Amino acid sequence: MTETAVLSTYELPKNDRPTPTLKRRVQPRRRLRQNIKHVMLLLGALLMLYPILWLLKSSITPESEILTSFSLIPTGFTLDNYTNGWQSGVGNGVPSYIVNSFIVAIGCIIGNLMSCSIAAYAFARLEFRGKNVMFAFMLAGIMLPYHVIAVPQYVEFASVGLVDTYWPLILPKLLATDSFFVFLMVQFLRGVPRELDEAASIDGAGTFRTFFLVILPLMRPALVTTTIFTFIWNWNDFFSPLIYLNNPSLYTLPLGLNALVSTESGAGLGPMLAMSVVSLVPIALFFFLAQRFIVGGIATTGFK
Amino acid sequence: MATGISPSQTRTPRRPKVRGKSQRSAYVFLLPWIIGSVVITAGPLVASLFLSFTDYNLLEPATWVGGENYVTMFTADPRFYKSLAVTGTYVFVSVPLQLIGALALAIFLDKGVRGIDAYRSAYYLPSLLGGSVAIGLLWYIVFGYKGGFNTLLSGLGFENLPNWINNPDTSLWTLVVLNLWTFGAPMIIFMAGLRQIPAELYEQAQLDGAGRWRQFTNVTVPLLTPIIFFNLILQLIAAFQAFTPAFVVSRGTGGPVDSTMFYTLYLYLEGFTEFNMGYASAMGWILLVIIGIFTGLNFLFSKHWVFYND
Repeated sequence: MTETAVLSTYELPKNDRPTPTLKRRVQPRRRLRQNIKHVMLLLGALLMLYPILWLLKSSITPESEILTSFSLIPTGFTLDNYTNGWQSGVGNGVPSYIVNSFIVAIGCIIGNLMSCSIAAYAFARLEFRGKNVMFAFMLAGIMLPYHVIAVPQYVEFASVGLVDTYWPLILPKLLATDSFFVFLMVQFLRGVPRELDEAASIDGAGTFRTFFLVILPLMRPALVTTTIFTFIWNWNDFFSPLIYLNNPSLYTLPLGLNALVSTESGAGLGPMLAMSVVSLVPIALFFFLAQRFIVGGIATTGFK
Repeated sequence: MATGISPSQTRTPRRPKVRGKSQRSAYVFLLPWIIGSVVITAGPLVASLFLSFTDYNLLEPATWVGGENYVTMFTADPRFYKSLAVTGTYVFVSVPLQLIGALALAIFLDKGVRGIDAYRSAYYLPSLLGGSVAIGLLWYIVFGYKGGFNTLLSGLGFENLPNWINNPDTSLWTLVVLNLWTFGAPMIIFMAGLRQIPAELYEQAQLDGAGRWRQFTNVTVPLLTPIIFFNLILQLIAAFQAFTPAFVVSRGTGGPVDSTMFYTLYLYLEGFTEFNMGYASAMGWILLVIIGIFTGLNFLFSKHWVFYND
């Protein structure tokens, strides 16, 4: 995955240079340049968003007209694609895929928030034997391609009868194996003054109380980032569910969507596009609500 | 946000002495991570190395075959080479182009434009969606025979249009385009990097008579090399592991004629549909070695072209 990105995130110094502000009165030539720039950027943005806009438009277009038009202006309006799509799918159908996807995503979020924060606290603040070796191991874990361990992991989960459950998807998060987030939180904690926990310890708080009462509340920004990206990545995840979930009634949305193409019960092009839109809505919502966290601020590092 | 915390606060030299009690609580905090590292990461990693020297299909016990899997792979499996070539093409075409586009746009946007936030979001959004099944399906439809892309081309007067997805000469390129579409992520990293270049350097360069191009080559690029390096490693590792788009677009076959047989897809097919789990493990280790080599080479060469200011 691309999460390595963040290495420097929390360390980014503040801008040395203020964002150039536009002078109120610009000379005509400059204004012309600005306008040309805007036209180019707008065209570029349109090109970038075109596939998404076309998807949206096609999802409300009568099925027979979808493929005949590349324009973004709807030629008709129908919600049939949505109502048909909603009732399509193998197993218990699309609504169940959505519920399942939420179960998995929320399980992963809870797992990452709990396990990564305590591990990060130990790495950032506590002293113990073997710390350097363990920390190096954790860092290496960020780079490890999942495909290398996929087979034995499957064998492991199969041997304890956990295939066709959500445990293979959620348990690794409860065990802090998303090293990336551990590292993110360690980096964040390095920016939190030690005086705070020292004060707590002088007041007689042990490590547990210090963590829960002092450190955890301060970690909020890192926890928010973790929540957002855990959600987006696991909502989109296809490889692990593909391996572990064979029973269609357990399908997450990506699996269910993929199956819409191949099954006879699949509802055709329009419903498929409509349900694709449905699957992207939570990501888009997260994106617009949390843009500040994703694009600006810390996540300025652009992991996908 | 966190960026507001200045680096000067980050480290206190004093560290409390290690005491038994604090040690114990450290291990308690680390317990889930330690279990996870053993059971979920390190254990399977070692097991995968072991399995790569066996013949194993999940139902019968693994039988030791020595280096046979590796020998077969390199001497008797054209599909293995094909999948290397497909992934190689994908990685080495799309990553450089993606980074060049990302850098160019980041520089373009860095000069200050009204509405910069909206543009940035528009360019970034695709990189959050690009790996999803939904977008894979969209590509499948748009680049298919009667898809939107051909409608567009025929509207422009082109004839005899291929089915881009079903044509072995073009199918991989639709996936390259899909990866290029997600250049927003590195772009945002570049934008953050550009804003850290002190304005004085540009002023100084201007005083020394450097034009725009000289400023770009002598100030921007050298100071941005760490970020370029960082992005390069990141995108390389991600591209080597691409899976979902190829699976969705080829309906899980890697076709037509193996033209979208990504390495990871072949590994999946061997391991989880053929249940040649020993072979799949060997492929996993080769992938690890390849990614390791490229990352290592990058670090090695970085000494020559990456410029660290400190």
